[in-house]
Formats: sequence, structure tokens, C-alpha cells
Amino acid sequence: MVALRAGKTNNEADEPSSPVLRFGADKPLKLDAGTLLSPFQIAYQTYGTLNDARSNAILVCHALTGDQHVANTNPVTGKPGWWEVLIGPGKIIDTSRFFVICSNVIGGCLGSTGPASTNPATGKPYGLDLPVITIRDMVRAQLMLIDHFGIEKLFCVLGGSMGGMQVLQWASSYPERVFSALPIATGARHSSQNIAFHEVGRQAVMADPEWHGGKYFDYGRRPEKGLAVARMAAHITYLSEAALHRKFGRNLQDREALTFGFDADFQIESYLRHQGMTFVDRFDANSYLYMTRSMDYFDLAADHGGRLADAFAGTRTRFCLVSFTSDWLFPTEESRTIVHALNAAGASVSFVEIDTDRGHDAFLLDEPELFAAINGFIGSAARARGLST
Amino acid sequence: MSVNHAQRVDLEVIAGLIPPQSRVLDVGSGDGLLLELLQETKQVDGRGLELSQRGVNECVSRGLSVIQGDADKDLEFYPDKGFDFVVLSQTMQATRNPKLVLDELLRIGKRAIVSFPNFGHWRVRLSLFVKGRMPVTKDLPYSWYDTPNIHFCTIRDFVNLCDELGATVEKATALDANGQKIGLSMPWWFWNFFGQQAVFLLRR
Repeated sequence: MVALRAGKTNNEADEPSSPVLRFGADKPLKLDAGTLLSPFQIAYQTYGTLNDARSNAILVCHALTGDQHVANTNPVTGKPGWWEVLIGPGKIIDTSRFFVICSNVIGGCLGSTGPASTNPATGKPYGLDLPVITIRDMVRAQLMLIDHFGIEKLFCVLGGSMGGMQVLQWASSYPERVFSALPIATGARHSSQNIAFHEVGRQAVMADPEWHGGKYFDYGRRPEKGLAVARMAAHITYLSEAALHRKFGRNLQDREALTFGFDADFQIESYLRHQGMTFVDRFDANSYLYMTRSMDYFDLAADHGGRLADAFAGTRTRFCLVSFTSDWLFPTEESRTIVHALNAAGASVSFVEIDTDRGHDAFLLDEPELFAAINGFIGSAARARGLST
Repeated sequence: MSVNHAQRVDLEVIAGLIPPQSRVLDVGSGDGLLLELLQETKQVDGRGLELSQRGVNECVSRGLSVIQGDADKDLEFYPDKGFDFVVLSQTMQATRNPKLVLDELLRIGKRAIVSFPNFGHWRVRLSLFVKGRMPVTKDLPYSWYDTPNIHFCTIRDFVNLCDELGATVEKATALDANGQKIGLSMPWWFWNFFGQQAVFLLRR
């Protein structure tokens, strides 16, 4: 188990446990901010074997605080990969059949260039000197990784939440490189309410005196309290009122009665504090700022004159969208807007809304209906792609 | 293949109207029987629109390209002539505005195929005439108060609607109670009396 170092630099940021693809001065990453990022690196994990035709590759895009460790034990937390319920040998996304790739996004903190990475110009972490990263920047970098593997067309690109935004960006920017796309619990733009939640999180980080204007590495400190509060607030948005009530109700935490103080009297308080505390052990505070910003800036229709259908004009990609009834971060209407745009573009699209009280995070959980939909969609796409079963 | 031949013989008639490799939208695709039949026998590029979430999830888990949506509301998002055929099988009578839906079908599809139960069938007439009750048969099993079928019509009514919408009837088939096609040479009144259901191929 590798811990994020509280000191000058973060091990996983510069020298991750994952394979790393490094791009030198000859191959800069063009950023939407208008600058070039160079040199830069992408940390990634792969599972399974790329077939001779290079037609069985699936790219998994991770969410806000996810990473490339989608189906292996996470080196930082020691926990199973974040989508091991779905991906692995003999699972719905069968790694004995498909070649699965998952890379840490640009701006992340687990080995792809991000604010915790060492800035070669200063020898210190970038901090806020890193330009703001967009979803499109992340996808542009992923394309360079896919090119490195010599993959002409990805069989499938899938992901939930921020990962779903990347899926939509892939399908829009590089339709000829995506055979099928599976965006889950996501939207074509970040809503005002979602930007508001993110702003609360960022302000919590920046209000922590240990943040030091983003240069906390210089002081050997980390804004743990601010980041933990940000995570606590965000975590509420990943669940639902019904699920919170079902799991915690008004139950008291290890006590018989209210204490008339501000300790964690309620189980939900204790739970959120735990979520906040464990998060700061695995995530870089500046990276959290960059990740949330990338989602806020995402607006696929705006990139196409305000008409979302034009983002998918002429697409041949097969789409399957999934939403969850209790997701109030990306309600079903967000998916339906995308479905209507895809219909207008004449695209092949399936759309499943799953009835669950588990909120936005349902996409990470063992949801049989989600798995049945993914299984059916991947299966029919594989037949259309001529992949053997 | 799990098509229940006795019940949905109209599906076979519909499939017979669609050439291989066509682009097809099935409005009210239910549990996906028609789409599956068309994919297996005609290798069509098939899509579905279905109101019930359970039907949709079932279709998608079987690999069919289906979305949840409402024929009354969601057809406007499809482009003009985006499909070779748009099918509305045994669904028209459950829509709120059949005229608008039919108009949309003719816009979206180069051709539209509509199948519906004929409310002019003699059994229906008999039930009203003799018993004075709304008909409940094995094909129309609902009571008047719980039926999703809110806009029944007869074959004659439908032909009139087609005229109103400027739709050309390219082909029409009436099926009797045994699912047998009624002879083409028979006049409309005969179809309207003995046809239990009808399948129309339309264009505009």
C-alpha cells in the first residue's frame, strides 16, 4: 500500500504504480485553455489481450475522484478496483474476451499529469500553475494513448458521471474511433445546481488555511479539513434522501441519547466524517479543484452552436444511455435530452432508466438491471462488430 | 423465437411488408417481439420507442436498440424521412392523439405501417347491439374503465383519417378471427365487418 506523501511531492503523481506513457516536447497536449502541456504523461491500466484485428478494445473513463485502477486492487487504498463488480474475467465486461483500458485523466493525481505532478520548469508541483483542464483535454490525451496502442476504433467507450461526459466527448469529437458508447448517469452539460455544489466544495478547500493558495506542498502541509468537508458535501449529492433514510434514519452513533453537543451524535454524521477522512488520504486537494472545474465547463451543445444534435451529426456510433430514478445530480431528464438529440441525429440509441433509491452512485454498485442492460448492449454491439463470443 | 403466432399474426404480416436491411422504427415496441423478428428474418437496422420502462429494459437487455418514450410526445425529435419504415402495431388506439401520431409517422418514415384492432368487427357490433355492453373479448380483454385503449376506430374510420392526412394506402390487409387474410377482392364493408384487425401500408 502506497500512501500519498504529505511532504513535497506525491509518489503516485510522478512515479505511479501503473504503466506510464510519457510524451516529450515533440508531442505536446493541446489544451482548451489555449496553451500546450508538455511534457506530460498518462498513467493507465490494461486488462485482457488486444486481439490481432485490434477490434476488442474497451476504454473505461473514470469519474471525478476515480482513477485508472478500475479492476485491480487500488495501490493507494488497498481496496478492490472501483468497477470490479462489472469488469474482470467472466464478468459482464469479460476481460478474457475484451482488452480493457482505463487511464487516469489529465488533471488527476494518480500518475497522469496533474497539479500534484512535478512541474519541470520549477522542480516543484504544478499547483495552480497547471492550466485549467477540460473534459475535451482529457479525451484528447486518451486519444494519444489509444493511438499508442495502434487502435483504430475502440469497440466501446463507457463511463459514469464525469466518465460519461468523456464518453459523450469521445463520441462527438472522434465518432469514427468509437463503435459503441455507453454514457451512464451523466449529462451533456453541468447544471447550475451541480456547479453550485462544486463551488461549495472548492470554497471549502480554499478556505482551509493549509491550502496556502494551492502551494501547500511548499509548506509540507495539506488542506485536509477543507477537502474532507468538500467530500462530505459532495457525498450527499451522490446518494438520495430515501437511501440515507433507509441506511441511517435518525439512528444515534454508539450512544443511547443525544449529548447536547456537536460530536457526531447521529450515524449519518459519523458516516460522512469517515467519508471525508478517508478521501483526503487518497486524493490531492488541487486535483479536486481541477476535476470539479472540468465538469463545470462541460457543455457539449455550446460547442456546437447550442444545438446538441449537431454534436452527433452523422454519427454511426451505437449508443446506450442509462439513468437512475433517484439520481438528483444527473436526473433522467439529462439523459433524455441526450437521447432526443441522438434521435434527431438519426443515431442508434438505447435508453434505460433504472428504478433504484441508491442515487447517483448506483452506477458503481451491484445493480442487476444495470448489468442486464450493459450485457445486452455490449452483446449486440459485439455481434455487429463481428467479435466472437 | 417466441412470437405467439395465434395472438400476433399481424407481426408476420408487417414483417412481410418490410424488405431486408431496411431502417425501421417500431413505435410502441412492447417487449420487442417485432424488432426481434425483423432483425432475425430481415436483418433490419431496427429501433424501438416504448412507453413502459419494464418493456424497454427487457428489450435493451436482449440487445435491442430501444428507448423509453411516449409516441404522443417524443416523435417530434426524429428527423424527416429518417427511416424506411415506421411501424405502429396495436398501439394507435392507446395514443392520446392518433391523428398527430399518424402525421408524425408519415413525416419520419418513407412509409408507415399501422396495425390496429377493428372496432367495426361483427363481434364488437354484436356485443353493443345485443348486450348493450362495451365489448370484452380475448383480443380486447379490458373493461371500459381500465383499458389503455382510448381511441378505438373501425377500418372505415381509419381509411377516412388517411384521406384527411393525405396519406396514400399502398396496401391494406384485414385479418379475420383466425388470423387468416380476408380476400383482397372483398369490398371495404366486408372487411369492416369481418376483419378483426387490419394492417395498412401508407406513404405520403
